[in-house]
Amino acid sequence: MAGELFFQYLIAGLTYGTIYAVVGMGFNIIYNATGIINFAQGEFVMLGGMTAVSLHAFLPLPLAIVVAVLVTMVVGALIEVTFIRWLSRPSVLRMIIITIGISILIREAALLLWGQDVRALPYFTGNEITSIAVGGARISPQVLWTLGACAGLVVLVTAFFRFTMLGRQMRACAANRVAASLCGLPTRNLITLSFVLSAGMGALAGCVVSPITQTQYGIGTGLAIKGFTVAILGGLGNSLAAVAAGLLLGIIESFSVSLLPTAFKDAVSIAVLLAILFARPSGLFGARAATRP
Amino acid sequence: MRNPILPLVTCLLALVSTPARAADPIKVGAILSVTGPASFLGAPESKTIQMFAEDLNAKGGLLGRKVEVIVKDSGGSPEKALSFAKQLIEEDKVLAILGPSTSGETMQIKGLCEEQKTLLISCAAAEVIVNPVAKWVFKTPQKDSDAVVKIFQHMKSKGLTKVGVLSSNTGFGKAGKEQLEKLAPNFGVQIAASEVYDKAATDLTAEVTKMKGAGVQAIVNWSIEPAQALVIKNARQIGLTIPIYQSHGFGNINYVKAAGAAAEGVIFPAGRLLVADVLSDKHPQKQVLVAYKKGYEARFKEDVSTFGGHGYDAMLLLAEAVKKAGSTDKEKVRAALEGLTGLVGTAGVFKMSATDHNGLDVEAFELLTVKDGRFVTLAQ
Repeated sequence: MAGELFFQYLIAGLTYGTIYAVVGMGFNIIYNATGIINFAQGEFVMLGGMTAVSLHAFLPLPLAIVVAVLVTMVVGALIEVTFIRWLSRPSVLRMIIITIGISILIREAALLLWGQDVRALPYFTGNEITSIAVGGARISPQVLWTLGACAGLVVLVTAFFRFTMLGRQMRACAANRVAASLCGLPTRNLITLSFVLSAGMGALAGCVVSPITQTQYGIGTGLAIKGFTVAILGGLGNSLAAVAAGLLLGIIESFSVSLLPTAFKDAVSIAVLLAILFARPSGLFGARAATRP
Repeated sequence: MRNPILPLVTCLLALVSTPARAADPIKVGAILSVTGPASFLGAPESKTIQMFAEDLNAKGGLLGRKVEVIVKDSGGSPEKALSFAKQLIEEDKVLAILGPSTSGETMQIKGLCEEQKTLLISCAAAEVIVNPVAKWVFKTPQKDSDAVVKIFQHMKSKGLTKVGVLSSNTGFGKAGKEQLEKLAPNFGVQIAASEVYDKAATDLTAEVTKMKGAGVQAIVNWSIEPAQALVIKNARQIGLTIPIYQSHGFGNINYVKAAGAAAEGVIFPAGRLLVADVLSDKHPQKQVLVAYKKGYEARFKEDVSTFGGHGYDAMLLLAEAVKKAGSTDKEKVRAALEGLTGLVGTAGVFKMSATDHNGLDVEAFELLTVKDGRFVTLAQ
């Protein structure tokens, strides 16, 4: 393969990878606080993107994104308070089914609210055809924005869970909710907070990927599947691992296209996922066992 | 919307000796993907068909009877389309089914309509719907093969011989790909690379990179999903400046908006509805197109699309066939529909026959392009 094409495939992989990574990271917050996978995460991504597109009609882009993230955070809080908070001892399975129900609810509400049209935020830098030359290949500046958002979020999230009291409390809450509440931690508020943060991350992801992927009411599910895949692949709960796994998966998919028909792209990525999970059930970078103690 | 007083009035009329049957509405079923991934087809089709029926009823209906359209939203699912088709035929006893919106759904219910001797006027594009001809099945959009011919004719005139094909993994994409592969040799065109991508694709950089690697002189993309906008964005982002052709599925201004600057210069075949305003006054379709466009845009406050036009044509064909047959006997209406010629619709001038249940030829297409974010006819 010519060097130029090689780089171009690598960049295509980076493009896929950053999308997966930035979506995948959102799964980790709620997992870190509750130990469940929030299957409505993709809908937070969609909500963020759609809200920002609507707001951008009368707000400047940065402000539209900030407000969209805040709005989605409020939605995240409302969802938790309405559907999850009142459960006295929710089992993991029950909470997962509830989140699936919520995802359908949000999707249908978005369909009613925005209709079925595809929209997109403008590119943060340049326009649809702007690209930067890198070693003979070209990359859209939006990919760099997404990569930047991933990096920023990794630093913030890691710092939050490692070094702040609130973050540690949330981890305690995930490890053992009964023990955490016996120690005087407001576990219910912590779980609400985890939904708020997770919704915010999803919404931000939805905004930065919107110029690339375009946004439609139903886009959340597809993005969430890939995001979920990389969250698992990296090892649940670890944001940096999700980014690494996302980029890895994206690059594998991109190079699989160079060798095989595109139709095999997902087959290749799923095969890789299975192979890795057989060898390392806790994910590439996961230290803990996949099942909670 | 059903008027609650209407059944009462009907009953009263029945009592006052008028034959009850005369006031019964003519029931027409419509299976359309109003929501879901193909909603950009089904939503305008549904609006158009209901608008057509309302206008028709305001003018006294058909044969002195009101037309009642029963719309079923299939969400683009062939399985749902099939169960709705059964319901419409067996329970609602409809005269005809309009739609479905997509080729996959149409093929799923084609056999049932043949079996049950119920008219099916599809709004989907694939050639296989009417080729080979099925007695009870018609379709309103132009043929895929004619769109392909239109594109290849243009390529030939520009001396393009080595092309790459991208298509989505839907009935529409598959049918288009087959036609492209079949007809390419007739125009001296070689398909150097062909890729099928997922209909929910969110980025296609790797696929267009493959096209670049194959050294093609032009790309043809065949799909109806938002991915159409991705193809052109990603191709331009990696620095490909070759001509990009799209199918008639590109005839929705939302895709132009989604692709922004990348949409400029894209070439695609489409019906003349998109350029109705700039069409010559002498063109036979001018009047129909402008009337539909104005009516739709005034009522629904959104841009008209060729897909809604397919719904318009389906309803138009049925209404004209019923008028011509002077009856709602299924067989008589079917025969009348098969004999309609010179009927001006939004997609072209229909010339139905026993061997052609589409009735449109390559002249129904015009090559369009995008200039300053608007559809314009391509200057030859």
